[in-house]
Amino acid sequence: MSAHVTSPEPAPAGTADTSRPVLSVRDLRVWYGTPRGPVRAVDSVDFDVRPGETLGLVGESGCGKSTLGRGVLGLAPEGAAVDGEVNFRGTNLVSLSKKQLQELRGPELGLIFQEPMTRLNPLMRISEHFAETLKTHEPGLTKDQVRERALEALRGMGIPPSRYHNYPHEFSGGMRQRIMIALALVLRPAFVVADEPTTALDVLVEAQIIRILADLRRNFDTALVLITHNLGIVAEACDRVAVMYAGRIVEQGDAREVFARPQHPYTQELLRSTISLSTTGLHYIPGAPPDLVEPPTGCRFHPRCPKAMKVCAAVEPPDVLLNSGSTSACWHQAQNIAGAIPPEHATDGREPLALAEEISVADEA
Amino acid sequence: MPTKPDTAAASTARDGAEAGEPLIEIEDLKVHFGLGGGGLSRLTGRGAGTVKAVDGVDLTLRKGEVLGLVGESGSGKTTLGRTLLGLNRPTGGHIRYRGLDLAGLSERRMRPMRRELQMVFQDPHASLNPVMDIRTAVGHPLEIHGLAASEEERDAKVVEALERVGLHPAEQFLDKYPSDLSGGQKQRAVLARAIIADPRLLVADEPISMLDMSVRAKILQLMLDLRDDLGLTFVYVTHDLASAKYFCDRIAIMYLGRIVELGTTDEVFAEPRHPYTRALLAAIPEPDPERAVTRNLPRGEVPDAARPPAGCSFHPRCAAALSACGWEARDLRTYLERRWLTLEPDDWARERDLLGDLTGLDTPGLLEAVLRPGRGGTAEDVLALLERLREEDADGEAPEPFWRGVTALELRDGAVRLAFAEPADPRLLPVAGAGTTVACHLHDPARSAAVPPQTPASA
Ligand SMILES: Nc1ncnc2c1ncn2[C@@H]1O[C@H](COP(=O)(O)OP(=O)(O)O)[C@@H](O)[C@H]1O
Ligand SMILES: Nc1ncnc2c1ncn2[C@@H]1O[C@H](COP(=O)(O)OP(=O)(O)O)[C@@H](O)[C@H]1O
Ligand code: SF4
Ligand code: SF4
Ligand SMILES: [Mg+2]
Ligand SMILES: [Mg+2]
Repeated sequence: MSAHVTSPEPAPAGTADTSRPVLSVRDLRVWYGTPRGPVRAVDSVDFDVRPGETLGLVGESGCGKSTLGRGVLGLAPEGAAVDGEVNFRGTNLVSLSKKQLQELRGPELGLIFQEPMTRLNPLMRISEHFAETLKTHEPGLTKDQVRERALEALRGMGIPPSRYHNYPHEFSGGMRQRIMIALALVLRPAFVVADEPTTALDVLVEAQIIRILADLRRNFDTALVLITHNLGIVAEACDRVAVMYAGRIVEQGDAREVFARPQHPYTQELLRSTISLSTTGLHYIPGAPPDLVEPPTGCRFHPRCPKAMKVCAAVEPPDVLLNSGSTSACWHQAQNIAGAIPPEHATDGREPLALAEEISVADEA
Repeated sequence: MPTKPDTAAASTARDGAEAGEPLIEIEDLKVHFGLGGGGLSRLTGRGAGTVKAVDGVDLTLRKGEVLGLVGESGSGKTTLGRTLLGLNRPTGGHIRYRGLDLAGLSERRMRPMRRELQMVFQDPHASLNPVMDIRTAVGHPLEIHGLAASEEERDAKVVEALERVGLHPAEQFLDKYPSDLSGGQKQRAVLARAIIADPRLLVADEPISMLDMSVRAKILQLMLDLRDDLGLTFVYVTHDLASAKYFCDRIAIMYLGRIVELGTTDEVFAEPRHPYTRALLAAIPEPDPERAVTRNLPRGEVPDAARPPAGCSFHPRCAAALSACGWEARDLRTYLERRWLTLEPDDWARERDLLGDLTGLDTPGLLEAVLRPGRGGTAEDVLALLERLREEDADGEAPEPFWRGVTALELRDGAVRLAFAEPADPRLLPVAGAGTTVACHLHDPARSAAVPPQTPASA
C-alpha cells in the first residue's frame, strides 16, 4: 500500500469465472435523429468486458464515447435509435423494455458521472443516500446491514466511517466524487460505466482516485468501462483500451501493448499529440473529427491521416486481429490479407493518397 | 511614454539587449477577500472570515519571458493574474510597472494600462459574447482605447489579428458568431482580441485546459509563435506541469496564496525541491508504459483557504513534514480518521466510543488538543491507545509525520492532553548553489540541520 493514499490492501482476485465476458457488445449502433439526417454517433461497435476488467475508452471529443457508454446501459436519449446486441448474462439489453432495464440499473449496471454535486442531494446526509439506494434495490436488508455495506463501500473509497452522517457540502470535491463511486459500487454491480469521472477534479485528487480505481479492480469482480480523454490515466488504470474515432473503435487491445506499440495511425497520432513530461516537440493532428451525419467515405480517418493510401478513401478497412492480440482497422495491416483489397484497387490502392488541399485551421476542433 | 510599444525592440527581447530587464516587479502582494457569512456560507461550508487568495508574493517578470504559475485550484493563480491587470484590488503590496505602482492606481489611470496588459481566460465560450460577431468582439479593444480611426482601419486590424492567430482566411470569420466556432477556434479568437492592441504582457489563465487533448498542442504552439513574433511577456497559469515544462522559461509553484518554489523550468524539473512540487510531478500519469513508475501521492486535498493550516499550509499532506511545520489539533482528527479507514468495523466502533466527540478539535490553530474519554473507556485508555499508535507509527516503514509535531502527550485533569510544537512559517529562501528559491523548512539550513535528514515523498 502506498504511504499516502489510503486504499484497501490487495486481496486475492475474485473467484468469478474471469474467462467469460460479463458484457459482450456486437455491431452496436446508436444514431441520433436530426433535421440534417441521422448522426451516426456509434456505428457498428464490438467489444467485450470481463469480470474485474477495466476497459479504457479514449478518443477526441465528438467521437461517440459518451453515446457508447450510455448506449450499452440503455440510457441513450429519447429519439436515439439503438440497434445491435449488448449481451449481458445471456440477455440482449437492446431488446429490453425501459422498465426491465430500470430494474437492472443499480444492482447490475452502474453509471458514474463527471460532476458529483449534481447527483447528490444537498439536503440528504450521506447515510441517507446509501439507505435510499440500498433499500430500493435490496429491500430485505436490515438497518445494520445497510450501514455495514455503506461503510464498507465508503472505506474502499477512502471516506472515513466517522463522516457517514455528514452532508454533501461538508466534503471536498474529490471526496464527493469518491462518495458517488461508492454509491455506484455499494450495490456490487457487475458492470459500470464511468464517464470522465475525474475530469473536473484537481490533478492530485484525480491521481488519487485513479489509483483507487486501479486497486479496486483487483478486489471486485465489477467490470468497468472508463471513458477519459487522459491517455496517461488509461495506461495506469486500465487493463485494455479501445480507441474510438468517428463512431467506430479503430484499435483495441492490451493497454500497455497499445500504448507501447500503437498500430493504428489514429492511435499513433493521438499519443504523439498528447503533451507529457517527455514532450520535446509539439505535434498535432490537423483538422477535427468529422461530422457524423456524413462521415468520410472509406476509412473515416483518411482526410487527417498522414499514412493514408488511395484505397483508404474508397474502401473501409476491416478489423484485423494482430499477433499481439490487438485489433486494428487500418489498411496498413489489412493490405497483407489476401483478397482484402478489392480488385479495382489492387493496382494503385497502396499509393499514397494525395490530399485535395491542406487542412486549414478553419476546420479544426 | 510611447503610445505604442516598440515592437521591433520587443521582438528581440528574448535574446537582445533588453532580455532579462524587469517588466513588472511584484512586491509582497496581498489580495485578501472578506467573506460575508450568511445563508450561502452554510451550504458552501464557509463561514465569515478572510480568504488570503494571494498572501505575500514577490516576483519579478522579465521582458520576453514566459513565467508559469502552477498549482492546484485555490492556490491563488487566477487572483494573482487578475490583480496584475487591475481586475482585483490588492489589499497590500506593490506592482511596479513603468515607474508606476499599479496597486494604488485609480480605475481612471488604470484603464490605459489595460491596453498593454491583457488576459486570456480558461473558458473560451464564456469569454466571447454570444450575440457579438467576431469582427466586433476582436475589434473591441480598438474601440475602447480609440485605436482605430475608421471602420476600414478597424477591419484591417481585425483581419491582421485573425490571420496572426491562424484564423485563415480571416474574411471568412469576420461575420461569424461564437457558436459557429469550435472550442479551439474560439480560443484563437480570444487570443486575437488579446493581441490586437499590441499588449506587452499576456496573462493566459488555463488557456488550453478546457480544450480537447488534440487541440491543446495547437493553441500552445500558437502562443509560442506569438511570444516569438510579438516579443510578448507571458504569465501562463496552469495546473498542468507537462505543458508548463514545455512552454515556460521559469516556473512559480503556488500553494494556498504563496509561491513555494520558484526557478527556471530546467532547474525545477531537474531537481524539484519542495515536497509539493514533487507531488505535482508524481501525479502526472505517463502514457508511455515504458516510462511509468510507481508514485507516492500526497494524501488529502487542498484545504479551504478560509481556514488555512498553521505553519506551512502544505503540512497536512506532506510526508516529510517536521515538528515546526504547523501541526495542530485538527491534524489529530485527520490522523485518527485516516487510521479508521484501515480498521475493521468493530475495532473502529470501539475506538470511536473510547475517543468520544472529536469535533472540538476542528477549530483552526489550536496548539493544544484535549481529549475527554467517551463512553467506551477512561482517560488512561485513551492515553494508552495514543502511546501505542505513536510507537507503532515510529516502527512503520513510512513514518507518520504527525507525531513529529507532538511535544507532549499526557494525562491532565481526567483527560488526555496533546501539545504541539510552535508552528513556523517557511519563508521563500534561495537554495545554496542553485538558482531556485524554495519555501520549505527542509531547505532552510537554519532548521534542517537540527533535525534528522528526511526523504521527501519520492517523485
Ligand atoms: N442528443 C444528441 N442529439 C444529436 N447529436 C448528439 C447528441 N448527443 C451527442 N450527439 C453527437 O454525437 C456525436 C458523439 O457525441 P458524444 O457521444 O458525446 O462523443 P464524446 O463523448 O466522444 O465526446 C457528436 O457528434 C455529438 O455532437
Ligand atoms: N472574489 C472572490 N471573493 C472571495 N473569495 C475569492 C474570490 N476570488 C477568489 N477567491 C478565493 O481565493 C482563493 C484563490 O482562488 P483563485 O485565485 O481562483 O485560485 P486558482 O486560480 O489557483 O484556482 C480561493 O479560495 C477562492 O475561493
Ligand atoms: S486505413 Fe488508411 S486512412 Fe485509415 S488509418 Fe489506416 S492508413 Fe490511415
Ligand atoms: S515546510 Fe516543507 S517539510 Fe514542512 S510541511 Fe511544508 S513542505 Fe513539508
Ligand atoms: Mg463525452
Ligand atoms: Mg484559476
